[in-house]
Amino acid sequence: MSTHTPRPEEPEPEGYESPKRVERGFALNRREFFEMAGAGLVIVATAPLSEAQRGAGAGTLETRLHVGEDGFITILSGKVEEGQGALTELAMAAAEELRAPIERVRMVMGDTDQTPNDGGTAGSSTTPRTVPQVRMAAAAARGLLLAAAGRQFGVDAGRLEVRNGAVQYAGKTYGYADLARSSELAAAYKNVLPEGTAVTPAKDWQMLGKPQVRLDARDLVTGSHRFPSDVVRPGMLYGRVLRPPSYGATLDGVDLSAAEKMPGVKAVRDGSFVGCAAPTTFAARKAVEAISATAQWKTVEQPSSDILFEYLKQHASQQGRPQAPGRGSVEKGLAEARRRLKATYRVPYVQHAPMEPRAAVAEWQEGRLTVWTGTSNPANVRQSLAEAFGVAAERVRVLVPHFGGGFGGKHTGEAALEAARLAKEAGRPVAMQWTRAEEFMWAYFRPAALIEVEAGLDANNSISAWDFTNYNSGSAALDTPYRIPNTRVRFIASDSPLRQSSYRVLAATANNFAREAFTDELAGAAGKDPLEFRLAHLDNDRIKDVLKAATERFGWRERREKRRSGTGVGLACGTEKNSVVAACCEVEVDPQTGTPRVTEIVQAFECGAILNPANLRSQVEGAIMMGLGPALREEILFDGGRVTNGRFAAYRVPRFRDLPKLDTVLLDRKDLEPAGAGETPIIAIAPAIANAVFDATGKRAHAMPIRAPRG
Amino acid sequence: MASIRFTVNGKANDVDTEPERPLLEVLREDMGLTGTKYGCGEGQCGACTVLLDGRPVLSCITPARAAQDHKIVTIEGLAQNGALHPVQQAFLDEGAVQCGYCTPGMILQTVALLQAHPKPTDAQVVEGLNGNLCRCADYHRIQAAVRRAAESTGKRG
Repeated sequence: MSTHTPRPEEPEPEGYESPKRVERGFALNRREFFEMAGAGLVIVATAPLSEAQRGAGAGTLETRLHVGEDGFITILSGKVEEGQGALTELAMAAAEELRAPIERVRMVMGDTDQTPNDGGTAGSSTTPRTVPQVRMAAAAARGLLLAAAGRQFGVDAGRLEVRNGAVQYAGKTYGYADLARSSELAAAYKNVLPEGTAVTPAKDWQMLGKPQVRLDARDLVTGSHRFPSDVVRPGMLYGRVLRPPSYGATLDGVDLSAAEKMPGVKAVRDGSFVGCAAPTTFAARKAVEAISATAQWKTVEQPSSDILFEYLKQHASQQGRPQAPGRGSVEKGLAEARRRLKATYRVPYVQHAPMEPRAAVAEWQEGRLTVWTGTSNPANVRQSLAEAFGVAAERVRVLVPHFGGGFGGKHTGEAALEAARLAKEAGRPVAMQWTRAEEFMWAYFRPAALIEVEAGLDANNSISAWDFTNYNSGSAALDTPYRIPNTRVRFIASDSPLRQSSYRVLAATANNFAREAFTDELAGAAGKDPLEFRLAHLDNDRIKDVLKAATERFGWRERREKRRSGTGVGLACGTEKNSVVAACCEVEVDPQTGTPRVTEIVQAFECGAILNPANLRSQVEGAIMMGLGPALREEILFDGGRVTNGRFAAYRVPRFRDLPKLDTVLLDRKDLEPAGAGETPIIAIAPAIANAVFDATGKRAHAMPIRAPRG
Repeated sequence: MASIRFTVNGKANDVDTEPERPLLEVLREDMGLTGTKYGCGEGQCGACTVLLDGRPVLSCITPARAAQDHKIVTIEGLAQNGALHPVQQAFLDEGAVQCGYCTPGMILQTVALLQAHPKPTDAQVVEGLNGNLCRCADYHRIQAAVRRAAESTGKRG
């Protein structure tokens, strides 16, 4: 029924986490396919996957941990490092339970041939799901060491303890290197780790809970770390792909001959896929430019960002999406309210724009494919490569070196597919790195949101009814944490004009923006202080605690009373992914343009027991600063099927000049299980700014980027 | 094609290349110096920053011919005999890295900043580094690292 771009992939529930498919443009021809099928390579027949490989349980010890004869312990995880600090956190978790120095721990991550499938690196899941598995495996290894030492020394293992990676008894030492040489270890590797293997309680931690500089930091400051875009293979060529001029455009005709005449250039057309591999990026670029000049495209009409929100409303579906359960009767609650308010909030598409654009190196050898790439989802990328090339997944290996930022934007394997297609044709390894312009236009976007909300206040100025509908962007943090007797909260999918998927904390940013801005509006209507109004509606003590911590550090009450002219203060809070956040900020608003400048932010955050306070601070500060972008300026504009501001010169992400006075309060709850921290610290920033803009101007902002309405 | 002679990290080089080719690509693809990063190709993000005769330049928009007879320093040329440059040490000690892709450019820009302003004010740090993007948005930590570097080089000097 729609007349615009067919979406290349099926979004999944829960805010479209982990898109399944990528449009690759090419297909193997039938002859090639049947040759492979005839050789039996498309039939996947291997031993059943272990539980850990499925990501379902603790798995066997050997899927998780290896003890080396050099005394080093290698920890295996399918999670990847993309700047969030997972590598260090997992190594700390292992060192804690092994009772060994962290220098003795080696990490192997994101290698489909070696590491268990721990699921995608997404949804703040490494801390609550993978850290416990690593801790259990390491605790089991420590148990083996104690038992072996006990046998060696002829004493009850219960009388021994591991310190600094070794057991000492009567002048003798037995360490992990000795364990590795023992015959017991190989057998123990096959043991399935029992669920609930005892791990060290937070109050007794020696390694976890203390600041640890990232283990990979030295290679980063020297430039010696090889990011996916830095991988070099013998005989490697550099690839470039011909992109359509607009979304939905199809290739009618193209002439490769000019490119084919260039020295060392291999040009490929396969369906709508056209690309070149050449000895340098410069040569590949020239070759694709030559081809581009001959390409004929058939374009289709596309909606523009001018009509985005009307479009989303018109194309809303009523079909099943996860909905938070409602309470009471919202119709009755609204009908009986003393006062009713309503508002509509708009959040445009934004782009992740990680510093390292999508990159991959692909190499074919004897029907096997090896790909180095930056993705949060190596197992899925391996599967898409296997499907695309008609080979068994076992013949595809995906390795993920620590890569240059993802923020939810690299769940897919576009560059991997393109590099592999070119490498297959060239018969040599091929490196692909997307340009910034490609990244802006062809990477998937954070979904745009249209949010309608209506609420009622009762005679006591309490919120008595809450009707909240998110169109298109997702259901993360959809429900309100406030005590309201009558609620209806809905997510209604729409037909997104742009390809959309995950972004740091999914739709929680949009939902919390609308909820917290509107809650402030209700506080104003009730004649209450925004802090008091929130506290009066909250049952969640964790949210109350961060609200109190942030407002105390900020000096909320005093600063509400005596603020400078042209400035305003605002606050917001929220919860998602089992963590809680509250932010206070001060803004100055330009009286001519209504543009806010944020001069100060204080944010309190709590995610249970803190694993690495140094990294947590970086994650919280980074999320705050990243959140300033969409709050203040970022907005993807598109027209005629093209992004019209897809350059850093036009799409203005946060820079040093945006850095306000910044303070964070990290609450450490040793009595709670650790929760992930890479996402939730972003959700309170935009509403706190919108509320501060109201405080400064008396006008309510209902959209991101936030501006004080004129007039 | 032309032969271009320039010094990189103290070593003289003759490179045969198209003179218009970005210096960034020559460093990365011909010389294997992958510490210098591609970020935007339009001089807007600073990931490709290198020092040319001690001044920061954006190698993605600098043609190779512009390096003729000049001295280039990349991130690989900062540490001496395994000892980190004080700016590298400050970034490491402060933990001012997340994904680390902007880090080489950020560090070289800081080296240049501290040469121009050995004791920079906060405003000078902001202006000096405003051309360098960090999408992990670790600006607060980086600012602290620059302060730490200024203090440590001040003590040494």
